[in-house]
Formats: sequence, structure tokens, C-alpha cells
Amino acid sequence: MPLTTPFQARLAPLNQTGIWKHWSGYLVAPQYQPSLNAEYFAIRNAVSLLDTSPLFKLRFSGQDAPRLLSHALVRNIDDCDVGRAQYTCWCDARGFVLQDGVVLHVAPGEYQLTAAEPTLHYFRALAREMKLADATIEDISSEFGILALSGPHAHHVLAQLTDAANSLPYFGVMQTEIARCEVTVSRTGYTGDLGYELWVRSADALTLWDALMAAGRGFNITPIGTTALKMSRVEAGLLLMGTDFHSSRFAWVDAQRETPHELGWGWMFRRLGQDDRDFIGRRAIEAEINERTSRWKTVGIAVDPYDYERVYAEAGIIAPRHELYSESTMSIYRRGAKEWDYAGYGSSFLASPILRKPIALAKLPLDLAKRGTEVDLEIPVIRQPKNVLARVEPVPFFNPPRKTAPVDEGVNR
Amino acid sequence: MSTKPTSAEERYDAIVIGGGHNGLVNAAYLAKAGLKTLVLERRHLVGGAAITEELVPGFKFTTFSYAISLLRPDIVHDLDLVRHGLMVLPLINTFQPGLNGEYLLLGADADDNYHEIARHSVEDAEAARDLDHRIARLVRALKPWVDRIPPNRLSSDPAELAAMAELQEDMESLDPEVRSLLEKFMNSSAAEILDEVFENELVKALYASSGIIGSRVGARDKESGLIWLFHKLGDFDGVPGNWGFHKGGNGAFTQVLARAVEDFGGVIRTHAGVERVLSDGDRASGVRLEDGSELYADLVVSALDPRQTFTRLVDPDDLPQDLVDHIRSYKFQGSAAKVNFALSAVPTFPGLEGREDIFQGFTNLGPSIDYLEEAFADCREGRFSRRPFLDCCVQSTIDPDMSPPGQHIMSCFVMYAPYQLAKSDWETERTSLGDTVQATVEEFFPGFGELVLHREVVTPLDIEQQIGLSEGNIFAGELFPSQLFLNRPAPGWNQYRTPIAGYYQCGSGTHPGGCITGGPGKLAAEQILGDRTARGE
Repeated sequence: MPLTTPFQARLAPLNQTGIWKHWSGYLVAPQYQPSLNAEYFAIRNAVSLLDTSPLFKLRFSGQDAPRLLSHALVRNIDDCDVGRAQYTCWCDARGFVLQDGVVLHVAPGEYQLTAAEPTLHYFRALAREMKLADATIEDISSEFGILALSGPHAHHVLAQLTDAANSLPYFGVMQTEIARCEVTVSRTGYTGDLGYELWVRSADALTLWDALMAAGRGFNITPIGTTALKMSRVEAGLLLMGTDFHSSRFAWVDAQRETPHELGWGWMFRRLGQDDRDFIGRRAIEAEINERTSRWKTVGIAVDPYDYERVYAEAGIIAPRHELYSESTMSIYRRGAKEWDYAGYGSSFLASPILRKPIALAKLPLDLAKRGTEVDLEIPVIRQPKNVLARVEPVPFFNPPRKTAPVDEGVNR
Repeated sequence: MSTKPTSAEERYDAIVIGGGHNGLVNAAYLAKAGLKTLVLERRHLVGGAAITEELVPGFKFTTFSYAISLLRPDIVHDLDLVRHGLMVLPLINTFQPGLNGEYLLLGADADDNYHEIARHSVEDAEAARDLDHRIARLVRALKPWVDRIPPNRLSSDPAELAAMAELQEDMESLDPEVRSLLEKFMNSSAAEILDEVFENELVKALYASSGIIGSRVGARDKESGLIWLFHKLGDFDGVPGNWGFHKGGNGAFTQVLARAVEDFGGVIRTHAGVERVLSDGDRASGVRLEDGSELYADLVVSALDPRQTFTRLVDPDDLPQDLVDHIRSYKFQGSAAKVNFALSAVPTFPGLEGREDIFQGFTNLGPSIDYLEEAFADCREGRFSRRPFLDCCVQSTIDPDMSPPGQHIMSCFVMYAPYQLAKSDWETERTSLGDTVQATVEEFFPGFGELVLHREVVTPLDIEQQIGLSEGNIFAGELFPSQLFLNRPAPGWNQYRTPIAGYYQCGSGTHPGGCITGGPGKLAAEQILGDRTARGE
């Protein structure tokens, strides 16, 4: 039987669709109301509330915790001061990605990590291998619930409940109290919008939910399911494990693995020269950089809206754009004299409600990965494969200033 | 030699001795290739160890073999088995109860299973995913070698030398992670591997049981690693290590095979035990039945085990001494029994009352490695386990046609029950074994005894006497490295041929080995037909 999150008592009556799915063994709603777009636009227009409790949650503490994280994670944990969060990934020795996740430096020497897949055993085994005497790693997945508050009015909702958020910078973390419950707030999220993630003890979960819903009433606060979240993350250019990449740990062959560079996370290594850490995969990653052996680059591609209209018009039908989100693999071809010249693939596709055109996250060979490069994306038109023109675009496709702006400079844009 | 005249009816292209599943598979392939093929079965029904018997009206017992997983997928299509009624049902749950109220109930959903194991150990839940994937990768790497005629390591034939080189190259090119796991399975006990991977006893014991099934080894004996791996070589719908259950029991599966044999024009004769393989000079020429009649064919295939194939059906004096020595030292040492029950209702596990679904798969009664080791200690002393490990299956919770509505059959595979008892004999111990098994089930499922309508005890001696498996070994010989692959049943004679031209072997005592794989029958047919082509027949 699937488990339920600490918010289930509030979520169950809200789900008008009767549809539930499983996320890491927990019951979650893909959407709560008949209109998926209504949920999506709550993220971009008002404020949305999402239960992300099924994420795996770890706590690292003890004197050796930083040494462990420094060796395991590709980004330098020393750069993550107390009160800061870091989006990072960890690799195997061959430089292939195992997982990505967000680390919160919640108190001096104490870290919390969210991950999509179980990873307690991985970190504990590593600590044992490193013979770290004082590194405690705990799975606190069921001790806490997490809510993601996201959208242009997210700050207005939170500010009614705590002053803490007023000074919280992008990727900042702090402890606060909301409705007499201890809450860890980070200015992070997966929607590419202004947003906060709130960790709360499971016993206090409903109190926090009620407080946020009450504070959000004047801002059309909308509980959203996982589909609206996934739509928004495509616009934000954020990758989904199991869709846009896969853990090397469960791969059969290297064709199913990706390196951080291939996933477009090369920015994580910008300061590699200034740090001499011996993190797992470093040698392979450096070799990949030096020898330029990346097989792919992960890019955003945007479908030419006129060409999209054309292929459907030629078939005699209206081009579909309504609530269209897909995680099916779509082939991409090189444009040129040769027909169906396979080049790469799209892994997430969205008819972007805010950009008014279809976009996709794609893997392309390096020579095609430059901004503006034209490729053909294969789409099924009345069950027949057709090619439409698409262009490489920088991600995030959608990146409002409010996402990262300091609160006093205004988070309304 | 018989003086009976050779009538047209008594001459066949091929005679297969033994209607077990491998004999039937072999015969079906030969018949499909156009050979006039005859299967001879000593008993009143074909199936060998894979039979279903209605011992009590309405209750269908899988007397011996009770599950299926390793059946080579090609056989299904080559022999058109779906058309003849093949239906392998998934065993969706695995239930591993403890003796203190705890339990593991694993099912079809990976995330649910994670959380179920995490109730006992969060680390183990993750480690199980890791290990399962590593085993799956290893199994995939080994699969091509399971599904081909193994090389002959004693041969200097260029083709065999090339095959040996290919084998070595293949193993050397394995991903280091996969290769080190293979080495671990070959050189470590199940318990050693499990101690490295897991911390929880219930989890360890669940995995360890695959390492002892049907073998005279304990979970801490070195051989148990490879036996565990062997049991993971199968799959259900491509999911490695998953097992299924044939509609109507494994006997219904062998009936499917029998229909395939006959559909290809093969003939099956029951009540036809073979006493001797006849030869004409150094070539096989037919068989003499126990009733003295003779049947003739230039091709004779033994689906019996190696002891019968080489030391009963033919005169061992006519065979090379090293082969005979090997067969004489080949280990059978059956160590398992079966106790099958007809029940008025499904057993009840305290805390999971009313949950029939927990039985829709294997129920493993053996909650710790110490428990398994204690059971094995009795076997070492030459007696059956006073508290045995039981692999139970209530197949009627999946297939309603196995029992009257609301009532059930339960198959219990019993470890350990040594063929050779030190201080008694199996006729004396029969009731006592049944009582012991029943009492053990009762420990896990209080009130079990009150549900029992009928009990059938199958001792290792019964297995030998009824279906002819020497010493009651369910695999036709232990699954030890010295008796697998290049060595099954003997080095140099692992390619289904025998020293007698026209006389072949196709039972579970040949590669890949025991369980319902069909592999020996199929690969033997491949060898036989290849040899015929080479001779221009």
C-alpha cells in the first residue's frame, strides 16, 4: 500500500479529480482540479502550494560531515555557508551522475539534503569507507513534510506569517516559526519562479498547511499537483531524474548514463581550478573537459510556432497546444540534404502556456548545441511522424527577475 | 538381442527415454525437425518431476516441482507453446514472516518494496535495490552462455578452442563491477555476500534461501553463492529473478509440452520403462523395454539423470573409465522433501488476518541465517531438520482451478531432508517428517493444523523411486561449480553427446542444469540436429 504524506488529511478532500499517482511510494495528486492550466497559471500569476514530502531527506552532522560532503558532492560544500543552499550533484568514479539534489546548510556543520532516490546507504557506506569517525547521516524522510510555495505572490503570503522571509536571498536558508511551529525556510524551488520551500515536523504539518492557505486566501493560493510543477520546471530548464537523465547506479550500459557536462551542469565546475578537492569523479570530469569527450549537450529547443502551425494545418487539423506536456522521447534530426538524419532527442516537451510555443529539453551533439542552431523535431501528426523546425535556445526559457531578486528590490516582476 | 521381428511401427528416427519436461522439449524439437520421434515414459503420465495430481477430489497437487521461471523464452516460440495452452501466471508477492510478529511482504511495486524493507532497515532497502540491479546486470551478461551449447574444455578441436577463447574474452570484457560480483558469487557463500550488503536478518534470510534451495549446502557454505545466482538466471517477462506459476500447476505445463510433441507428429508412450539402450557395434540402435520388447532407432536420447544415462541404461564397461569415474563421483545427495496440504482455508498470519494475497507468491519460512544454519546442522548429522526451512506456495490463491472454491492447496518445499538418514529410514520417518513440517508452519501461522484436510509427504526416497531422480536430487545432480557448465555432467561430455555414437543426453544433469528451464532439451536437440547435418543426414 502506498504511504501518505503528513498533509494527506488536507489534500484528500481537495482532489476533485479522484486521480492519484505514486511518487516514491507515496500517494500524490497529479492535479487537484479539472483544469491543469489553472494550476499551472497559479505558479506564474498568483501563488501555488505543492506538497513535495515524498522527496528523500537526509541530515548530515558531526565534525566530519563537511569532509564527507566535500568528497561526495561535485560542488564545493565549503562555498555553502550557514544559511545558504546549494544545488549540486554527485557522481560515480567514472564521472557519471548518480543523483542531483539541494543541500541546505541549516546550522554550523549541520546539513540537510533532498534527493529523488534513496541515498542514505550510499553516503553511510562512503563514510565507512573514508573511515570518518564523526559523521552522522540520518534519513529524516518521514520526520518532516515539505511544502513548496511558489509564484509571484509567494512572498506576500509568507510575509504575513514570518518576518524571516523579508531578508532571505535566493538560495538562502533560515529557521523560523510559523503558527508556533518550527519551520526551515529556503528560497529554493523547482518552478523557476519566486518560491520558498518549507520543512516542517510531520506533527506540525497540518498547522503549517492551514496557516499558508489562510494567508494566501487573498492571493488566490492554489494547491497544485505534480503535473503543473513539471510543466513549470521545463520552462525553468530544470532536469527531472528518470526523464531527462538517469542515475548511473541503475544503468545497464554507458549509453544510459550522463556526465554533469552532458547535462548542462558545466557551471558547477567554474571554480574547479581554485579548489583541489578530491571529489568522486573529479579525474574523469577533468579528463572529459580537457579531452572534450562529452557525447551530448543538454539544451533547450523551441519549436518555430509558424512551422508548428503549418504541419498541422497541412494535415487539416488545429495544432494542439492546450495542456500539452510529455515525457516521451522525441527524435531530433540534423537539417540538411539528408532526410531523417538522426542527431539527438528531446526528453521533456511542453506547449509552454506562458511562452505560447512548444519547447523541449533535448540532448544534441556538441556541434548542434549552439544557440540558434536549427534542427528538426519529430512530432506525431495524426499518428504520422512529421518534422518541425526548432531552434536551440538558452535555458531557462522563462526566468523572471523576481525569482532571484532581493526582497527589498521588489519581487513583483 | 531380441529375436522379435522389426516391424515398421517399431522403428523410429529418434527415441527419447523419459517424459520429463526436458525429454518432451527435446522430442518436440526433433519431431519439429521432421524426425519420427518416440517418447518413452515409465510412469502412467508424462511430466517427470513436473506433474499435477488430483490426490483428493478437487485438490490438485504439484507433487514435486511447483514453480517456473527459468524456462528459456525461445522454447515458447519455437514450439508454439502458447497455442498449446501455456499460461505462466506471475507470483506477485513474496512473504517472509518472522517468529516474533515481524514480516516482510514484498510485491510488484519497487517503491512499496523499498518502504517495506525500510521498516526493518532503511539502508537495506536501498542496498536491496542496488544488489538487485547488480545481479540483473550479471544475469544479462551470463545469459548468452546459459543459452548455448557450452564449450568442451578438453577438446583440441579448433572450434572448441575458439569457443573457450571467446568465453574467456567475454568474461574479461565484463564491466568490472559485474565481473567482481560474478567472482563473489563463485567464491563466497550467500551469507558472506549478504553480510557485506545487508544488516537486517529477515532481509538476509530472504535472499539466502535462494542459495540453499534443493542443495546439500548451508547458507554459510561456499557453494551457496553460485546456487543463489543460478536461481536468479530466470525471469518473468524479462524481469530477472522473478518466478511464475503455470496455470494448473507444472503438470499442466508438461501437458502443454506433450501436446506440442504430438502436434509435431511425435509419439508418446507411457508405461514404457526402458531397461537398456541397445547398440549395434559402437552405435546406438534402439532400446529394450522393461517388458522385454525392443524398439529401434539410430538416435537414442536419455532424458534421465547422468547416473542412469551412463551406468544403468548402458554398460559402464563400454565407456571410458574417466567418464565413469566422474559419473560415479558426481554428487546427487538429495536433501529436500515436499509436504503438500489440502486446506479448508488459507493460513492466518497474526496481524494480517484475512489477507489471502500474502500467499500469491512464495512464502519463505526461514527468518534468519541462523535458522537456516540450524536446519542444515541436522542435515549434517544425517537427519531431517527438526525445524526446517520451508518454501511454501498456496497456488490456489492465484489459480482457482487448483482447489474447490474457498479451499486451498499448499505446497511446502522442505529443506533439509537428506536422502541418507544416519539412524533411520524414510518409511519410518514419513509421518514424523509430515508432523515436523506441519508443526513448523503452525509456529508461523497459529491454527494451521486445524485447516489441514489432507497431507501428502514426499521423501527424497519417494522422489527417487517414483520419478527416478537418483538419490532424490531435484536438479538431477548438485548445482556445484564442479558439476555445472563445462563440467555438467562431466568435463568433455558436457555437449549432450556420449561416447556411444547416436546416444545423447538431454536431462537436467546437462547444461544449463535443473529447474524447469527446457534448456538441456533444447540444446541437446540443437547438438543432435547439428551432428546430423554435419554427417549429411
